[in-house]
Amino acid sequence: MEILISVMIGVLFTVSTYLLLSRSLLRVVFGTLLLSHGAHLLIITMAGLQRGVSPLLSLDADAYTDPLVQAMVLTAIVIAFGVTSFILVLSYRIYKVHQTDDLEELRGSADE
Amino acid sequence: MTILHWATLSPFLFALLIPMLYKYIKRIHTGWFVLIVPLVLFIYFLSFLPVTSSGGSVNQTLNWVPSLGINFNLYVDGLSLLFALLITGIGTLVVLYSIYYLSKGTEKLNNFYVYLMMFMGAMLGIVLSDNIIVIYVFWEVTSIASSLLISYWFYRKKSIDGAVKSMLITVFGGLSMLGGFSLLYVISGTFSIRELIANADMIAESSLFLPAMLLVLLGAFTKSAQFPFHIWLPDAMEAPTPVSAYLHSATMVKAGIYLVARLTPVFGGSAEWFWIISIAGTVTLFWGSISAVRQKDLKSLLAFSTISQLGLIMTLLGLGSAAFYYSDGMEDSLYTTAVLAAVFHLVNHATFKGSLFMTAGIVDHETGTRDIRKLGGLMTIMPITATVSLVGLASMAGLPPFNGFLSKELFLQATVNVVSFDFFNLETWGVLFPVFAFVASVLTFLYCIIMFAKAFTGKFKPENYDAHVHEAPWGMLISPVILGSLVIIFGLFPNILSSSIIEPAMAAIMPHTQGFDVKISHWHGWSSPALWMTIGVIVFGLGLYMLMNKWSQTSFYLKERDPLNQVYDNWYDGLVKGSQTVTRIQMTGLLRDYIAYMAIFIVMLLGYSMIRYDAFAIDTAHVSEVTPYMWLLVLAFTAATIAVPFINNRLTAVIVISVIGFLLSLFFVQFRAPDLALTQLLVETVTIILFMLVFQRLPKLKKEKSRPRFKLVNLIVSIGVGGIFTMIALSSFAFGSDVNYDSIAEYFIENSKELAGGYNMVNVILVDFRGLDTMLEILVLAIAALGVYTLIKLRLKGSEDV
Repeated sequence: MEILISVMIGVLFTVSTYLLLSRSLLRVVFGTLLLSHGAHLLIITMAGLQRGVSPLLSLDADAYTDPLVQAMVLTAIVIAFGVTSFILVLSYRIYKVHQTDDLEELRGSADE
Repeated sequence: MTILHWATLSPFLFALLIPMLYKYIKRIHTGWFVLIVPLVLFIYFLSFLPVTSSGGSVNQTLNWVPSLGINFNLYVDGLSLLFALLITGIGTLVVLYSIYYLSKGTEKLNNFYVYLMMFMGAMLGIVLSDNIIVIYVFWEVTSIASSLLISYWFYRKKSIDGAVKSMLITVFGGLSMLGGFSLLYVISGTFSIRELIANADMIAESSLFLPAMLLVLLGAFTKSAQFPFHIWLPDAMEAPTPVSAYLHSATMVKAGIYLVARLTPVFGGSAEWFWIISIAGTVTLFWGSISAVRQKDLKSLLAFSTISQLGLIMTLLGLGSAAFYYSDGMEDSLYTTAVLAAVFHLVNHATFKGSLFMTAGIVDHETGTRDIRKLGGLMTIMPITATVSLVGLASMAGLPPFNGFLSKELFLQATVNVVSFDFFNLETWGVLFPVFAFVASVLTFLYCIIMFAKAFTGKFKPENYDAHVHEAPWGMLISPVILGSLVIIFGLFPNILSSSIIEPAMAAIMPHTQGFDVKISHWHGWSSPALWMTIGVIVFGLGLYMLMNKWSQTSFYLKERDPLNQVYDNWYDGLVKGSQTVTRIQMTGLLRDYIAYMAIFIVMLLGYSMIRYDAFAIDTAHVSEVTPYMWLLVLAFTAATIAVPFINNRLTAVIVISVIGFLLSLFFVQFRAPDLALTQLLVETVTIILFMLVFQRLPKLKKEKSRPRFKLVNLIVSIGVGGIFTMIALSSFAFGSDVNYDSIAEYFIENSKELAGGYNMVNVILVDFRGLDTMLEILVLAIAALGVYTLIKLRLKGSEDV
């Protein structure tokens, strides 16, 4: 399954990079969102999938899935949420001030 | 920290007080407070004279980074004491002079004295340190202080240009020197000069000997303004005159000389050292003197003459290194005269050039011009200034009975001695040294006459000056008069220096030779070649001056700018244009380009590392099985992801994005991560609400109207990034299962209950084991929330064109 997920991560990274490179600010926001999904999956997959039961001691099993990785990814999800919401509002503000979300038009003047 | 350490650092410490003194005690010129430091230090260093003149030395250690062999060890011997006395002695006189030169009402005295003290401390550090890394640090500090002082009147464009030029050239040299020092460390394993000298034989046999020598010399030559790096010194004359007198003639430019003298025991004795230094010195001597003749500005003339004199001392050190080749342990004046002349001339140059710069400053200060075409007849109006100048110029020209005569004769004698050497191919080429020395001396004599005759003799024309011309105030005259008196005293009684200063310094430069017995005499008999050369210099010099009307109309005299500046100017323009071009290509103002640069760089770096270290691997043995349900999830997820770039409707896009998010939480369920699934579900829900909130105000999604070539590049870059991350995921999984170590997760599995009393390990890690991280994470969220709130609420009035 790890190989399959790895390929899926590749797809996520490809699409999010493509979105980041686009002209529309909204697509850039989508790109960052997908990029963080990719990163979370990457961290989880690196550690190996389904190596045991869920990391709950009450299940009393022989093997548990790596809890440290999950703790890290949980932190990452929350931070990514903060970043996404900030960028979303930032792009909303940019659109409001400049009346465009085209990054080509938003670039500074040449002699800046 | 010993007293010696405190003394060395005291200028830096005092510099901290200067801004306060300047601000709160306005009535008294800040210079009076500053004057105490060099004066006390001078007296303090005088107390070392008995030690060094009896052949001893003082060594004080202070560990700084002992594990790297970098220690702040101070070492006082004849050579370092000579320089320390010069730095503090001339420093005292210069500070005194500056009190009258810079008026307290209009000038930023705090800046001036802070830079000056910074320089003084750094210069003391250079000459007293035993550790070459410490020397390097202080060396760069002097470069910085020098540039700051050159640009002291920073509103003048020429000052800024001069500062940039000196900075670029001396720091370039400093960095080369650091390279040389590192090579010396590679060879010998030590940064201590004492130990380097002790290991001189080992260094001489190393294959890195020549590169190390060349790099160190590059540092010394740039600092001491040797050809072709001398071009920064004339431009440094934009600095206030006290600075020119102090840094750019008496002390800082002699740091290179100091370094060469100090390292002569390490490198001396090799033909390369002899030839490189001698040739560089001789060319500088000649070039400086011929350029000085062309100058119309008093300070420029003095700057080129300084270059020429530095070349003279450098030549002498080069010639003197032959003593190491020949050395039989006892003094032989045939070989050691050159070093004697170098040390003696070093002292003499500081005295006469210091006084000359100060009198040139007085002329500038009182008349408002330094142009010799405007000046003239000042002798009657400024008699004391004129007298001091005459003494200084006569000394520089090499006339008796002044000290310059004695060292100039020794110099000529040393060049004549070279002819009789029978090694380093000197049988063939040695004769060139006296020839060049003679020609340069004639030119030196010539520009000395020109300077005196044009400025002080002739007819006084009041219409040439804006100011009312009068003699300088007595306070301004004290320092040049003291230096002028020293010129005469050293000229009449040179032997008061010989056993106290010169012999210990020579012993430091040539530690393997014993029995120095320096007797400097005025008269060597009619058979002395130096005497006839001096007479020849006077005759030819006067002759050329008589013919001045003939050659003063040629383009040689009319164009005064050093042709080598052309090279620097072109290089500098090219540098600026080049960096502008690079910036223009790189800084397009387009987010897309910046992200593309980063993506391409990441792909190249990671791809290179993977290939270089053969780091790609696929592990099929440890993979877990894929259920049909999983296939379904992956297919749905991939399809939704690929669809996103093609959607041109914002509502559809938001829906698809949230579908991806919710599918992800299903993945987390499959990965046995219930907490992640819960969090993802929650976050996705809030994100969707957020999207919906701003939805009405968001722009409509349009079809991308980029050029096809753009799109293709984007696609290639994206696929590259995706590919590299797939490979990383596969490889790290493979290597992770490959290595048999205990996962640190075991610790948490074992201790969650015992230490934290929790059953849910992920929760325990977050709130207990890594509680502080989580707290900071909350802080990050709070900052993001603040940002969001501000961005929505903030209403900037008026200008919104940010």
